[in-house]
Amino acid sequence: MTTRIRRAIVAAGALCLAGGAIAQSAVDGAVKARKAHMQLYAFNLGALGAMAKGEVEYDAAAAGAAAANIAALATLDQSRYWPQGSAQGEAEGSRALPALWTSGDDVMAKAGAFREAVGALATAAGTDLASLQAAMGPVGQACGSCHESFRAAD
Amino acid sequence: MRWPVAIAALVMILGGAGWVATAPGRLPPGSLDAFSGDPARGEQAFWAGGCASCHAAEGADGEARLVLSGGRRFPSDFGTFVAPNISPHPEAGIGGWSSDDFANAMVQGVSPGGEHYYPAFPYTAYALADPQDLADLWAFLRTLPADATPSAPHDIAFPFSIRRSVGAWKLLFARRSFVLAEAETAEIARGRYLAEALGHCGECHTPRNALGGLDTARWLAGAPNPSGQGTIPNITPGALDWSEADIAGYLKTGFTPEYDSAGGHMADVVRNLLQLPDADVAAIAAYLKAVPAAQ
Repeated sequence: MTTRIRRAIVAAGALCLAGGAIAQSAVDGAVKARKAHMQLYAFNLGALGAMAKGEVEYDAAAAGAAAANIAALATLDQSRYWPQGSAQGEAEGSRALPALWTSGDDVMAKAGAFREAVGALATAAGTDLASLQAAMGPVGQACGSCHESFRAAD
Repeated sequence: MRWPVAIAALVMILGGAGWVATAPGRLPPGSLDAFSGDPARGEQAFWAGGCASCHAAEGADGEARLVLSGGRRFPSDFGTFVAPNISPHPEAGIGGWSSDDFANAMVQGVSPGGEHYYPAFPYTAYALADPQDLADLWAFLRTLPADATPSAPHDIAFPFSIRRSVGAWKLLFARRSFVLAEAETAEIARGRYLAEALGHCGECHTPRNALGGLDTARWLAGAPNPSGQGTIPNITPGALDWSEADIAGYLKTGFTPEYDSAGGHMADVVRNLLQLPDADVAAIAAYLKAVPAAQ
């Protein structure tokens, strides 16, 4: 084998490795991004839940703002959050089940139900405490129905 | 396979006295006759008892959760159990049953044909149910849609494939009283009834011994997930430090105090509990604060 060919092979190998590293960092970034997105839901739900549970006094303006944030988050495009190769076991820290990538219609139906529930929450949260309390359950159901099917148990 | 245990169980069953002792027992006929069943109250018992979580088809949502066609598979150390059709279909389901058949199934774990049911069906918990609730539940079940899907057989390993072995299991592990012996308030007593009898929380949250019996000394202390992945958490005050309001909030909405949400089978439990009055959910929370702390 000539030195030139050998060099070419080494260079190609290095390129492959680098390509793999770039793909892996994109996957890790996506896992971080989707977790951050979930964290933003949790942060805003926390403000609403504290009022719903009576831990802090109901404040229509604050409740309406938190619920509007959640509804806005639900409209963001998530297509780059879920690349191939980012299921549990494939990407560090991921608990997403492989079924998520093979159940498109079900995922879309569940996402639609979630947007509907957070839309209702956005209307209810600023109305009064009883409306807020009643709207929290369906949002929890919508979160849970996706986690039930597509997130691995702890 | 746990051969020493299995052989001991077989010897016990096949020995003369063992054969008598492991026979399926029945309630006296007409045990529910004194109770007039109300389907509306029965629906509450239905959601509290989690019937749809096993007997509705996998992935059923909304109204489909009232179609109890069975078919869900439950892997375990002993094999895979498949939930049967319990819709009112006369052949495929339980449309041909009498109220005695229903009571024997729920309380004794015995089929109309006189066979033991496997305890994947939590009759050890339902045995603690009030007869009035059983009569109500029976009335409600008969209002549900009939479905013709035939029940699939279980896939169980020897010697547990011999139904009579369940008789020995019942002798060892049948419960006739609440694990939390003293309930200090009426609310805790109500929560105990919902959690221990109808809701059968212990079936997943209490660890089991080598023969699959619940280790009641470690009641609700957490257990490996029978599916093989992950663990089911300890929900005694020894590990669960949530406030009573946090527990009630979680059971009603599925949101943890950090606003993560319930997943796995617990998401389905939350879906059931959403159908119950707030007072019942608060009672379960009060009960969970009252059970002995386990590490």
